[in-house]
Amino acid sequence: MAFTVEQALNWLTKSNEKIQENKDYLSELDQAIGDGDHGINMARGFDEVVKKLDGNDYKQVADVWKDAAMTLMSKVGGASGPLFGTAFLKMSMAAKGGEAVSYDAFIKALEDGGAGIKQRGKATEGEKTMVDVWSPVVKQLKEAKDFDAGLIRDSSKSAMEATKDIIATKGRAAYLKERSKGHLDPGSVSSYYIFQALSDCIEGEV
Amino acid sequence: MANVGIVIISHSEKVANGVKDILEQAVGQVTVEAAGGQGDGEIGTSLEKIQGAIEKVHSAQGTIVFYDLGSAKMNAEIAIEMLELENVQLAEAPVLEGAYLAAVESSMGRPLEKIVNALEKEFK
Ligand SMILES: Nc1ncnc2c1ncn2[C@@H]1O[C@H](COP(=O)(O)OP(=O)(O)OP(=O)(O)O)[C@@H](O)[C@H]1O
Ligand SMILES: [Mg+2]
Repeated sequence: MAFTVEQALNWLTKSNEKIQENKDYLSELDQAIGDGDHGINMARGFDEVVKKLDGNDYKQVADVWKDAAMTLMSKVGGASGPLFGTAFLKMSMAAKGGEAVSYDAFIKALEDGGAGIKQRGKATEGEKTMVDVWSPVVKQLKEAKDFDAGLIRDSSKSAMEATKDIIATKGRAAYLKERSKGHLDPGSVSSYYIFQALSDCIEGEV
Repeated sequence: MANVGIVIISHSEKVANGVKDILEQAVGQVTVEAAGGQGDGEIGTSLEKIQGAIEKVHSAQGTIVFYDLGSAKMNAEIAIEMLELENVQLAEAPVLEGAYLAAVESSMGRPLEKIVNALEKEFK
């Protein structure tokens, strides 16, 4: 299977739906170990992304991702803006050229996106950030041969849940030191929604 | 000849403007611009505001950018990459004290490189 422009649009629309539905929950998570704005930031950014994409006639997946990247960078307002923005920008650069994206090219794009987050945040695995979802998900998807909705769903869920036990060393939660333990990382939860949305649109579910 | 420009990025519009006020009150000849808060005055940072501020103060002499928390630095880096300007440097120093030192140095016509060295020496 190849990932089409239509799926790329669908992915972002579904991501937005999940983020809007869970806006308050994301902010609650951020209240516990951050500044409480993560849901507001993500809801504002993704709402703008959908508005930006709406009605445009895209020829390439890369162009969809580029517009999403630029919108997230300028509209989110918190760290998740430059981070998710950089991820989609790197993905767009990796996918450039083709109309649709093959599984291998898609995984390469996700890998570059994850690397972009690490580079922008100067973060690595185990610091209780969204990197702790992106890295393990990419790693597991790399081992598959084709798009696998179940694998995307399960790998992102377990990675997200595992952030609970980590002591934060990056982002606002790092100021809490040991007290950051026992709470989910908000950016990992929103990354989980984004991967769930990907899983849904691959499966063709509503 | 223009002096080195200074940009203050903070999550709060009031903080960024306040730091700018302090510099201007004490140091007459200083090119400083504040990029505080999001567009709507809420707490956060705005890539557009940061880009705008850098463009406003930037000259051949260069610009030093001070930032506070988290996304301020990330957005500053993106702004610098996107503007593709030469001689824009992020300062690794406390916002107010660092910018104050940079303003004094800049007003004396010191070049970018010397100011960056002075900051490193003072705040390392
Ligand atoms: N340095 C970093 N590297 C990777 N991810 C990070 C980093 N800092 C924060 N994050 C991620 O961003 C999420 C927080 O996003 P949010 O939109 O709430 O930004 P914020 O921390 O409020 O931003 P700011 O510090 O600018 O106010 C965290 O849960 C974490 O997953
Ligand atoms: Mg936050």
